[in-house]
Amino acid sequence: MKALEQFMQKMKPKADGKFPLAHAVWDGTYTFLFVPGHTNHNGTHIRDSIDLKRTMIMVVLALIPSLLFGIYNVGHQHFLAIGEMAEFMDKFLYGALKVLPIVIISYGVGLGVEFVFAAINKHAIQEGFLVSGMLIPLIMPVDVPLWMVAVATIFAVVIGKEVFGGTGMNVVNVALVARAFLFFAYPTKMSGDKVWISLGDGTAVDGFSGATPLGKAVEGGVEAIPSIMDSIIGLIPGSIGETSVIAIGLGALILILTGIGSFRIMLSMFVGGLLTGLVFNAVGGNPYLEVPALHQLMLGGFAFGAVFMATDPVTASQTAKGKIVYGLLIGIIAMLIRVANPAYPEGVMLAILIGNVFAPLIDHVVVNANIKKRLKRVKIA
Amino acid sequence: MSKDVKIRKGTNIKLKGVAEKLYANPVQVSDVVLRPDDFPNLIPKLCVKLGDKVKAGSPLFYDKGNEQILFTSPISGEVVEINRGDKRRLLEVKVKADGANQFETFKQGDPNSLSKEEILATILKSGVWPFFRQRPYDVIANPSDSPKAIYITAMDTAPLAPDYDFVMHGQDELFQIGLDAIAKLTDGKVHLNVNGNDNPDDAYKKAKNVQINKISGPHPAGNVGVQIHHIDPVNKGEVVWTLKSLDVLTIGKLFKEGKFDASRVISFVGSKVNAPKYVRTILGANISGIVTGNVEDGGRYISGNPLSGKQIPENGYLGFYDYQLTVLPEGGNTQFFGWLPFTGLNKFSLSRTALSFLTPNKTYDLNTNVNGEERAYVVTGEYEKVFPMDIYPVQLVKSMMIEDIDKMEALGVYEVAPEDFALCEFACTSKIEVQRVVREALDLVRKECS
Repeated sequence: MKALEQFMQKMKPKADGKFPLAHAVWDGTYTFLFVPGHTNHNGTHIRDSIDLKRTMIMVVLALIPSLLFGIYNVGHQHFLAIGEMAEFMDKFLYGALKVLPIVIISYGVGLGVEFVFAAINKHAIQEGFLVSGMLIPLIMPVDVPLWMVAVATIFAVVIGKEVFGGTGMNVVNVALVARAFLFFAYPTKMSGDKVWISLGDGTAVDGFSGATPLGKAVEGGVEAIPSIMDSIIGLIPGSIGETSVIAIGLGALILILTGIGSFRIMLSMFVGGLLTGLVFNAVGGNPYLEVPALHQLMLGGFAFGAVFMATDPVTASQTAKGKIVYGLLIGIIAMLIRVANPAYPEGVMLAILIGNVFAPLIDHVVVNANIKKRLKRVKIA
Repeated sequence: MSKDVKIRKGTNIKLKGVAEKLYANPVQVSDVVLRPDDFPNLIPKLCVKLGDKVKAGSPLFYDKGNEQILFTSPISGEVVEINRGDKRRLLEVKVKADGANQFETFKQGDPNSLSKEEILATILKSGVWPFFRQRPYDVIANPSDSPKAIYITAMDTAPLAPDYDFVMHGQDELFQIGLDAIAKLTDGKVHLNVNGNDNPDDAYKKAKNVQINKISGPHPAGNVGVQIHHIDPVNKGEVVWTLKSLDVLTIGKLFKEGKFDASRVISFVGSKVNAPKYVRTILGANISGIVTGNVEDGGRYISGNPLSGKQIPENGYLGFYDYQLTVLPEGGNTQFFGWLPFTGLNKFSLSRTALSFLTPNKTYDLNTNVNGEERAYVVTGEYEKVFPMDIYPVQLVKSMMIEDIDKMEALGVYEVAPEDFALCEFACTSKIEVQRVVREALDLVRKECS
């Protein structure tokens, strides 16, 4: 490792501002390979071994089950749609050929933008995009054109994050900005029956519908959607990473056990969704309202949103009490959008964005309660 | 009414190099240094010149903001160095021991029969006053204030901290004399906060004239700020004074013997120390005598504990308030893929991203590496796990960073000191220098509001 470090040190461009981009790229690579040997001088002399890179990598690790399952499911849906039988590896390989380019585009373009901003702002490249870069592909429909992924990623990083000051400063979830951008800019590519299945060169067999379960539920209610077991396993159409509750659950387990993801937000979002769903079930009226609440939570992006999107510590509420309210709020709004507005069968994305916007207000209320308590203590002479 | 306080949040960082409960062989102290920098916000004015002969208790400098507050020489000898920094700021005054052990004499007597004014005058004149610190602002107390209460903490939960019960053992009489003197200084209560995790020493249990509170739990339970918060919090406009129980011994000696006896016991600890023990030395002493031959190479010397102590050179001097000398391995090495989770058996983390969570009782040999680069706040909830006050630490620190004094007041700036945030700083994923932020904010609020 010494040799590699010496080589890296030799390659170090001067930080004199002539080639700021080169310096940013070098610095990013170097700090990726080596944690720098900075030592403490003021304050504590010892520090916890965790840093932001490790935190972010834990989230990426937690996303791996969803990614692998997503790759397999893309292949599975493809062969199902064209009516061919295929081996496990064939499905997986087909999926990999479809999904990996999206991942590469997302990381390549996103990191490119980050490097440029790091060079302009003369700060170190920050780790936030490690997670966003993985989240973006996982919430895309598989048939999304690669150029759209690139455009959406640029939009998300620039407008969603860098204009606010970069990692840790953004107001709304960066990955969801990418998704929302595509949703509103290219609606035909982000909804309907066609985009969720990769047909490749094949043609769909007669009677095959590629609509997502939620799309079907709007029309046909519980009769039209896969069984609750199928939705938990996840071999159904949908965005690449969001179909399997089991794979997402594995990720949730990693996040909760390592303490990286907020258990409070995940749980309260499910509770909020469940309660709202139960109310709709009780009211009834149309088939969609009668889809059992628990079943609703297993469909679409609800689980994925709850585990990976709502828990983003930067855009979520930051106080412990606030996190509970924040989760509940998202759960409720997500169900509300789903049933009340059939044009957006996938309400979770919008619900989380709305939650992001409300998060500072929730924190404000929580912190103000503490301030009031403190003021009460003061005795007026 | 005494109180039992149980602290649940926080953590004990288990480090290698705990002091054995033995006293090391005594070492002669060659010289001592008094550093104005040990006292936040102090504007020092010298009262000695180079070459002056001083006795223990003779003033070296005083506080320009409050000329009653004197800083006196811990030993008798000669002023051999006066070091100044930028703009001629006074950095340190060095006194070389002459071995004669002469003391200035002060009024002695049973504090119970002395008046408040007599006690205060003696304490101020002898140079013992700076032991009294105050909340808010964590600075030397103002002797003309009338504090709501005085808190004496008889425990230290910081990593490798000395065991106050061990050091106190057998000094019941001196301790009580000191307490009697302190009790005269306030109309409010004097709180003696003892360690509720163990059976406290008799000197504490038998203490009279004070309210004894038992504090138990992990670090920072031993921080006086945490104790005050749970016993009777400080509000805007109120002042409390704080001291360590070991400081009380110096006050006890002052009234029993009429002299400023600056000798103290420190714990000499850390993984780089060959035989960590307790050492009898003097306030501000040169550490060369203690460390020579007892420490491995490549260590960082810290006067105080690893969380909030000050770095000093290997021939440096103990700080005014420090009862601990820590030597930790110096870091500075790059770590190849050091950020990968679950690598390295000797990495320690409060989060469960290192293997350390599997072995909660293991002791660690941590060096001084930052283990990452500074970032904006991203991770939430980690300060709250180690900050046992009903205060929102991140929100308070953020208001400090933007110098919003109204917000700081509302969020509890009057109750905190930098040391209360030491564990937050340790745990911080974003590697923010929290204690520096807090110190600067306290200085700012003090300047603007008083």
